Amino acid sequence: MRRTVRLHPSLAFALSLLSFALFVLGDASEPKLISIYSPIANYSLSLARRGSHDYVGLLEILEPLGTVSSRVEAQNWRLRFNSIEGMFPNGAARVRIHGREIDLSAPFLLEGGRGLVPVDSLGTVLPVFLAFPVVFHASGLRLFIREEGTSYTTQLESGTPARLILNFSSPVNPRIATEPGKLRMTFTRDPIIASGPPLVSFNNATISAASFVETNGAAEITITSAVPLLASFGNDGRRITIAPAPSATLPAPSANRNSAAAPQSPPPLSAPPSSPGATTGSPAAAPNRIFVAIDPSHGGAETGATFSPTLVEKDVTLAWARQLRRECEARLLRTMLVRDQDIDLQNDQRAVMVNVARPAIYISLHAASEGKGAHVYTALLSLSTPEQGLFLAWDHAQVQSLASSQAAAAAITAELGKNIPARAVVAALRPLGNIVVPAVALEVAPRNGDLADLADADYQRQVASSVVAALAALRGKLEAAQ
Amino acid sequence: MIPRHLEIAMAVLLSAVLMLSFYVSRMRARVKATAAVVDNRPVAPPPAGPTEQAALYIAYDDPGVLHAESAAIRLPSGRQERAQELVEALLARYLDKNSPHILPAQADVREVYMVDPGLVVIDLNSALADGHRSGILVETLTIASFSQTLATNLPGISRVKFLVDGKSRETLAGHADLSGDYQIQAIATLSQQLQSSP
Repeated sequence: MRRTVRLHPSLAFALSLLSFALFVLGDASEPKLISIYSPIANYSLSLARRGSHDYVGLLEILEPLGTVSSRVEAQNWRLRFNSIEGMFPNGAARVRIHGREIDLSAPFLLEGGRGLVPVDSLGTVLPVFLAFPVVFHASGLRLFIREEGTSYTTQLESGTPARLILNFSSPVNPRIATEPGKLRMTFTRDPIIASGPPLVSFNNATISAASFVETNGAAEITITSAVPLLASFGNDGRRITIAPAPSATLPAPSANRNSAAAPQSPPPLSAPPSSPGATTGSPAAAPNRIFVAIDPSHGGAETGATFSPTLVEKDVTLAWARQLRRECEARLLRTMLVRDQDIDLQNDQRAVMVNVARPAIYISLHAASEGKGAHVYTALLSLSTPEQGLFLAWDHAQVQSLASSQAAAAAITAELGKNIPARAVVAALRPLGNIVVPAVALEVAPRNGDLADLADADYQRQVASSVVAALAALRGKLEAAQ
Repeated sequence: MIPRHLEIAMAVLLSAVLMLSFYVSRMRARVKATAAVVDNRPVAPPPAGPTEQAALYIAYDDPGVLHAESAAIRLPSGRQERAQELVEALLARYLDKNSPHILPAQADVREVYMVDPGLVVIDLNSALADGHRSGILVETLTIASFSQTLATNLPGISRVKFLVDGKSRETLAGHADLSGDYQIQAIATLSQQLQSSP
């Protein structure tokens, strides 16, 4: 008699869920790595766990460092590196290299023709093959072969805002990740070594500490901060400057401030009709969101156009941006400067900052010596948007806001056109295409070809007033979309 | 009787003449061999074919516009050769002393490739890109001029890609994005906008 066992559907579902969870969790464990730093090459290798020891392929370690070959003879593995030969019996903890008996911390393993030695024994085995000592940082799994390492110094500039400057003895290229209260730099290919205590505390409210730790074949420098941080590179990769990310600025809610700071500025904007309950533009009534993100293009080593030996585009755009911010604040428009210092910022960094802040509109500022007046650009996107399912393609992130961007460009152009020649055009200009909110770029040229115009405060004020007047007219629509 | 020292001098001089003759003949042979190697390279024939009226989209920096102008150009029958001739015609205009849109003196287009379906790849030389003036408008005018000229005269083009010295590049001179392809529909919109003065 046959007996059939039927699985209850809910039990089957639970088992499937458990299997899936085990599968995912099983895969999620990070593989252990060892990093090797030498004057010839820096590289990382995976470790294999056997019993209570971590093992690594000896041939793989030596391969980038010289001529290496191996062969299996019965239960012995023979390895030849340059002119030095070693004999490794499978399962034995005592091996012979260059005529010397060496004791390993665990038995040598021969797996599929591959010779595995315990990681703990590398400091004993490698010097015999290489004929010079090696330094093994066992806790961080980092091996230094004739490599002095890259040292670094930290220097906190406690201005406003505070900046932490890290100077390295050679160029570095870390992976940078941020999380609330921390900026983490991971150096996998760079032989960074600590040149002081692992934890340095700063007596500063913004940047409080920098710590160094070695783990899983990498070095990590973690900066602890009370505010979101941004890292920028300089001195050909030898310097990393950590500074607070540009944050929103809100004009003080005092009416006196308005009359004192900008006596001739227009009155605050009316609240948008679509915002029920909002009164005239006091900060308390305005939505607690950034209205405009102003991005002075270029910066740091990337100067943009050079107009004269003393006048470059990055400085002109920063001056224009600050002027535009003043005009916005005078109208109680909440603003954010993407760059308020002379720092390097990649287009992707700019786009991420803006997309996270989600302002009602993004304005990128440029200056030019060619042409007359102003050009207002919107993103030139291909008509066919690639299908990405739930996700927006990075290069087409602007597509959903393009109509609003074009409307904003038209309004700004019309307002600018009252005083100077102005035209709205499309352009393939990053990061416009990567911005998810309405985005325009404004390129301002001299009124009549005189380059002095670009640094002229009156001209800057005139252009800024026109832009802000256009934004004021659009505020209702933009905030409703926001 | 000839003195002995004169005999020796004559002998030395004769030897020198013989050695020099041998040396010169060897050098001639070497030069001939080198020249033969150089001459082995194919020489591009002058464009063959009837002269045709082509529409060139010429950039004018002042006042920052793109104007379609008709020009009589000798165009070969092959699409790639036609594209090359059109680009050469634009370059000649921009390198002229009365250029309305100045390009660097050594600016050149290394090659134009027609890649089916509908992609044209314009490989600029580094002198053009590195020496190009920096600015959204001036860079956009260059891109629009080359792209729209090819699209108008060579039906079937849907995309344009710019390379510099055979490699992809982020921007032309700090502004105009060269990292992706330009869709011809988008270029048409841009060219339309650039035809009106500010």
